[in-house]
Amino acid sequence: MDIHHLVTMANQIADFFKSSNPNRAEAVAATAAHLRSFWDPRMRREIVAHLAADGGGGLNEIARDAVRTLEGENSTKAAG
Amino acid sequence: MLSKTDRDYGTPPRTSTKPVTLEIDGREVTAPAGTSVLRAAALADVAIPKLCATDSLEPFGSCRLCLVEVEGRNGYPASCTTPVESGMKVRTKSETLERLRRGVMELYMSDHPPDRAACAGNGNCELHAMADAVGLGEMRYGLEGKNHLAAARDVSNPYFAFDPARCIVCSRCVRACEEVQGTFALTIDGRGFDSVVSPSQHQPFFESECVSCGACVQACPTDALVEKSMLEKGVAERSVTTTCGYCGVGCSFKAEVKGDEVVRMLPNKDGMPNHGHSCVKGRFAWGYATHPDRVLEPMVREKTSDAWRTVSWDEAIGYAAKRLREIQSKYGLGAIGGITSSRCTNEETYLVQKMVRAAFGNNNVDTCARVCHSPTGYGLKTTLGTSAGTQDFDSVLKADVILVIGCNPTDGHPVFASLMKRRLRQGAKLIVADPRTIDLVRTPHIEAAYHLPLLPGTNVALINAFAHVALSEGLAREDFVRERCEWPAYELWKTFILEKRNSPEAAAAVTGVPAENIRAAARLYASAGNAVIYYGLGVTEHSQGSTMVLGMANLAMATGNLGREGVGVNPLRGQNNVQGSCDMGSFPHELPGYRHLSDAAMRGGFEAAWGVKLDPEPGLRIPNMFDAALDGSFRGLYVQGEDIAQSDPNTHHVTAALGAMECIIVQDIFFNETAKYAHVFLPGSSFLEKDGTFTNSERRISRVRKVLPPLAGKADWEVTCELSTALGYPMHYAHPSAIMDEIARLTPSFAGVNYDKLDRLGSVQWPCNDKAPEGTPVMHVGQFVRGKGRFVVTEYIPTDEKVGPRFPLILTTGRILSQYNVGTQTRRTANIAWHHEDVLEIHPHDAEERGVRDGAWVKIGSRAGETTMRAQVTERVPPGIVYTTFHHQSSGTNVVTTENSDWATNCPEYKVTAVQVMPAAGPGVGRAAGQGADSHAVAGR
Repeated sequence: MDIHHLVTMANQIADFFKSSNPNRAEAVAATAAHLRSFWDPRMRREIVAHLAADGGGGLNEIARDAVRTLEGENSTKAAG
Repeated sequence: MLSKTDRDYGTPPRTSTKPVTLEIDGREVTAPAGTSVLRAAALADVAIPKLCATDSLEPFGSCRLCLVEVEGRNGYPASCTTPVESGMKVRTKSETLERLRRGVMELYMSDHPPDRAACAGNGNCELHAMADAVGLGEMRYGLEGKNHLAAARDVSNPYFAFDPARCIVCSRCVRACEEVQGTFALTIDGRGFDSVVSPSQHQPFFESECVSCGACVQACPTDALVEKSMLEKGVAERSVTTTCGYCGVGCSFKAEVKGDEVVRMLPNKDGMPNHGHSCVKGRFAWGYATHPDRVLEPMVREKTSDAWRTVSWDEAIGYAAKRLREIQSKYGLGAIGGITSSRCTNEETYLVQKMVRAAFGNNNVDTCARVCHSPTGYGLKTTLGTSAGTQDFDSVLKADVILVIGCNPTDGHPVFASLMKRRLRQGAKLIVADPRTIDLVRTPHIEAAYHLPLLPGTNVALINAFAHVALSEGLAREDFVRERCEWPAYELWKTFILEKRNSPEAAAAVTGVPAENIRAAARLYASAGNAVIYYGLGVTEHSQGSTMVLGMANLAMATGNLGREGVGVNPLRGQNNVQGSCDMGSFPHELPGYRHLSDAAMRGGFEAAWGVKLDPEPGLRIPNMFDAALDGSFRGLYVQGEDIAQSDPNTHHVTAALGAMECIIVQDIFFNETAKYAHVFLPGSSFLEKDGTFTNSERRISRVRKVLPPLAGKADWEVTCELSTALGYPMHYAHPSAIMDEIARLTPSFAGVNYDKLDRLGSVQWPCNDKAPEGTPVMHVGQFVRGKGRFVVTEYIPTDEKVGPRFPLILTTGRILSQYNVGTQTRRTANIAWHHEDVLEIHPHDAEERGVRDGAWVKIGSRAGETTMRAQVTERVPPGIVYTTFHHQSSGTNVVTTENSDWATNCPEYKVTAVQVMPAAGPGVGRAAGQGADSHAVAGR
């Protein structure tokens, strides 16, 4: 999938939760929870791979940290 | 059962709780104070002759037929205008009354065509019925004198004719246009014998302000106003009560049928969404159902470059199943998916999502609600606990202030708009927040207290400023918040809202609306008593669509405007079953009843019932399907009743994705734009051809009843069952009622729904279960569905779609009264007479700067694409903003719109596209250049 589009979407989500949560950790957790709840696993796998490959270029800080929390989860490990 | 001959009590009911007892023809009768004697008599089964009176209109007292005698009073008062009084003794029958009534009828009949047989042709002539009722025999006056019999008919309207010769000038049509529809297009012109019904200023109906709602035709007691279809086809033989297949109002109709042909559609007086009213689409524009363009045979082809091959149902379904399985074996289980239709029934959408989850083995199912109201689902569930509007339609009659934002009810939801206008004429105040000057801003007897013409994309800034005013000026209902909401979240939100950046002054710089107008409108809303919000796609189809829904719920909670009649937050759904398709589990992350797949216990209930293990992970949403198709991981799609190639944004992106897939199965009643990319075409069935239910914007579940047999031989639900069975997951239901029974077993909010109950009650609003066995008109009474209401901080984050030197104007899109969505249905009806092409509304200033003349062709370009259409130079749009509709595939409006989307749901940002507009020599770019019309080539034909 178009990684630039996924990055834009992840950043949008992170921007919302950054503004609506009182502290950073909650914003990261809420962003990650949104990705788990609404993103198909292949989308999560690709954004996780993007983070692993080049440090998640284009992702804002909250989004990057949220994607990092998805690393290692079963749904983002193997293609399928 | 055949029509307006349904029982008519003469005048409307009164709501007084004070009973009044009187005597009518020696019988004791009790009725609410304010009730007319005519109605009280009817309630006691005493029929008084009448002509100008009907119970959908206020009494008028002109025909002098409903005269009665009242003991102790002189004269013969009209019973329609005489209210009941305690101890009153009324006589409805006497020799004198009979003589007077015969005299009145004799005069009427002396100026009426004598061809009684022809007049009775529509089975609907109250005049002749009354002549019989009063015992009128021979007429003394003859027809030789001055009369209206040679008056010319007006046949200008595509759907109904007006024959002044048959008109008795009772004013029922004029009053219906005023009281029921609220358009005030009709009047009685002239005096005495010269009196005549006149549309606007002596104009033909078609050229007048008439909106062809049919209220006048419905009200006419003679054949003066009559449906042309009735004149052409004759008297119906039977009638079937069903639900309209157009917008989210979900009007109840009686389909009158002769043989296997619909003669006319009559709005059902007992229909709760519409109370006997209708609009030009539901009342008249049903001819598409039997249009010659209907595709009635299944077709297949190996490649999209091949000609179609007509095949049997069995072959088509077997072929579709084979290709889907081949794709899965090659690319994986998740390489295929399905799209349910908001035009199909609850039962059908339930089956499609079930097939995807159980037979496809994944959760790649989505619905066209993705591109309209998915932010409503997210926003209202997050704050209030459920993904639906809070009120029933009738609740608007208790509102003191109505905030209309991002919707255009007179065009998009006309029957509800008529109800809203009635309340506004009664004195409720109106605030309209819309970039365009929509009709509601100023229409007969209605003027908005405030029109806030905000820039597209700035809704959140506006709603935050409303809340800022409410909180900073002490208008919040903190007692309500303390009792009903999560207090810590409220305090967090309150701190945010009170920041200066959310003040009206700050919002003015963003929205373009003067701060004093924002402040005044906010004060009006917050101090109203009962304030209600109605909204549409002008809220949801933005990159901040979900944020705006959250913001509106915040405002309503903070001002205590939830949980009773007259208040609430209410999405007006675009299509007939948007609410239902969402309820039925069409979204990829949740099962029926809005329950997330990750809930193992709940999921286990479905697994046990369906006999299959379900994937706990969310699937692809429609825009994600397109992206995945372009990267090769998504290769097959089953689309039921949806034309994604025309309705979804950035057409070039969509068609590239469709072109990249290996198997697309389209099920539709017409060969639509998407079908050009399909490999299997399965004929669909219209709403007239199947049983089922629709759920409207007020959560009302209404029966859809089969009026005609399916033209292609199968209802849509049967086709889905067969496809699923061919895929190795058998589905067998004897009738859609069995599907609803399964839905009820698995979905708590539908637990009490069944066809017997729907037949008995007419309709029910979910939740319908043990706690609310007859449904729930108003939600969140006493407690929110989620328990405590949750405030969410709603930062205004501007869209990425920016105007600049290359694209200096903002394009926003919408729809108009006579057309519906991508026009698949309405373009195939006489509604085309009102709107035969999409046009671009452009302000005179912007037009002059570009040398654009009214009616001239213009090219509209965005970063996504270009198209052409004619310009309409108008001050309806402000400078800097242009507007068009998307009803015609020839203009391909969505060639221009972009793939920007809502942050939470991926709902496309149709409402904000940066464009340039320049004069063009004629049509020829965009969709028109690349693709043809609605036709298909079939091998051997």
